[in-house]
Amino acid sequence: MDSAFIIEKSVVIIVVFAITMVMAMYSTWAERKVAAFLQDRVGPNRAGWGGLFQPLADGLKLFSKEEFEPNTPNRFLFFVGPGIAMATALMTSAVIPWGDRFHLFGRDILLQATDIDVAILYVFGIVSVGVYGIMIGGWASNNKFSLMGAIRAASQMVSYEVAMGLSIVALLMMTGTLSLKEISAQQAGMNWNVFYQPLSFLIFLICAFAETNRTPFDLAECETELIGGYHTEYSSMKMGFYLFAEYANMFISSTILAVLFFGGYNYPGMSWVVENWGVNIANVFGIAALFAKLCGFIFFYMWVRWTIPRFRYDQLMHLGWRILIPLSIVNIMITGIVILRGEIATYLGF
Amino acid sequence: MIRIPDFANATPIQIIFCVLAVITLFTAFMTIYSRKPMHSAIYLLICFTSITGHYLLLNSQFLAMVNLIVYIGAIMILIVFTIMLMNLNKENEVYKPRITRLGAIVTFCLMCLVLIAMFINSKPIVGEYTTTGEDYQSIKVLGKVLLNEYMVPFEFASVLLLVAMIGAVLLSKKEKTTK
Repeated sequence: MDSAFIIEKSVVIIVVFAITMVMAMYSTWAERKVAAFLQDRVGPNRAGWGGLFQPLADGLKLFSKEEFEPNTPNRFLFFVGPGIAMATALMTSAVIPWGDRFHLFGRDILLQATDIDVAILYVFGIVSVGVYGIMIGGWASNNKFSLMGAIRAASQMVSYEVAMGLSIVALLMMTGTLSLKEISAQQAGMNWNVFYQPLSFLIFLICAFAETNRTPFDLAECETELIGGYHTEYSSMKMGFYLFAEYANMFISSTILAVLFFGGYNYPGMSWVVENWGVNIANVFGIAALFAKLCGFIFFYMWVRWTIPRFRYDQLMHLGWRILIPLSIVNIMITGIVILRGEIATYLGF
Repeated sequence: MIRIPDFANATPIQIIFCVLAVITLFTAFMTIYSRKPMHSAIYLLICFTSITGHYLLLNSQFLAMVNLIVYIGAIMILIVFTIMLMNLNKENEVYKPRITRLGAIVTFCLMCLVLIAMFINSKPIVGEYTTTGEDYQSIKVLGKVLLNEYMVPFEFASVLLLVAMIGAVLLSKKEKTTK
């Protein structure tokens, strides 16, 4: 393994890490601003211009708060919970293609930490590990409300993972690959998957809301019933980790939505820009396009949060098991029939 | 004979394997040994995660990811979930009579004997993997092999799982009382 490769990958990984952190940080600011906009208020405007330094001030406040510890027999697990939540939120970004190849210093630089064959399965795997952050934290808090929140979160995530996985199967049947890089490359121009698989996109979007524990599915931290849900007992930066992990998850799931269904880094006229202005400029536009798309999704998350009230728990389970899963199976069958229509026609003798 | 590994000239892969193997065996042991059910579950969780690492070392990414999704993401969550819902205290632990404990000890000693005999007489049979020119990392090859060569066992396994699932749903359903 040559050292240039290691340096290249390290730089990509560190930049992606930094961007995830900054995006998660400014999502908290954006959330307040969007909430203020939707409720006809001003929002944070004291720290910096338009409240731009508000996330820094929040971070400082969290750091300086008292580190409260409940009377729990599982002190170690109490520490581990937020760590798992944060680590898994940051790990998912490893397989996301942020752009096509850059041509710099006489070598091709791929804007992706690693291009593995099973990228989507990797994302699903890491997301499913993320539940343990909530479960272990909620359990170790030694608090009934926390435990209720943790159990709700776990059952919700397990139920919606099924629908999420099934909704993506129809898409994979069409693309024929699990690698996110190839899925992005296939959507060049305006061949976005959302035009071919709108139902799959809708189911995936709903499941993404449930997986990131956002309203209308944030029953794990339902304030009116459970005080603060799984992070009732947490304070200081440990709670900050949970909140931060939620925003990092939101950022990553928006990115995955953009990559799977909205063409990733592709934008109309990309091939023209590559031919006339070169690869690097085309790629800069590509990254900008991807970020525009994912910021749109983040805004959509916030918009929904401040518009739609929370579901009741039985309604949530009903939606997941009785509506989304059958719908995605129907979607798979329709996709299969459309893909194999030629063979079916010859088989039936048309 | 038991081969003693050559630590001085170990390749990075071998070192990673040794670390993973120690984690796997230690957590598997602690799963049985630890007194609290929740701690057992978490040790089992780490054990499964390290097995994912073993699959990655064997170059089978697909199996590693499926192991991660199925065992850690589904089965272990259900186990942890059950432990959280049930109140497993020391008071309602099942009392085991002395004869059962004695039997367990004898069985364990016999198993140790068998294992030791096996390890002393074992010879490494698998020399090298013969490369068939097929990339078994890729899901395309795996899917074709599964649905061509092993079509019948694959379908039987899925039918078996379906039957088990229907049975579980049937068992959990309340019987309707005739009024």
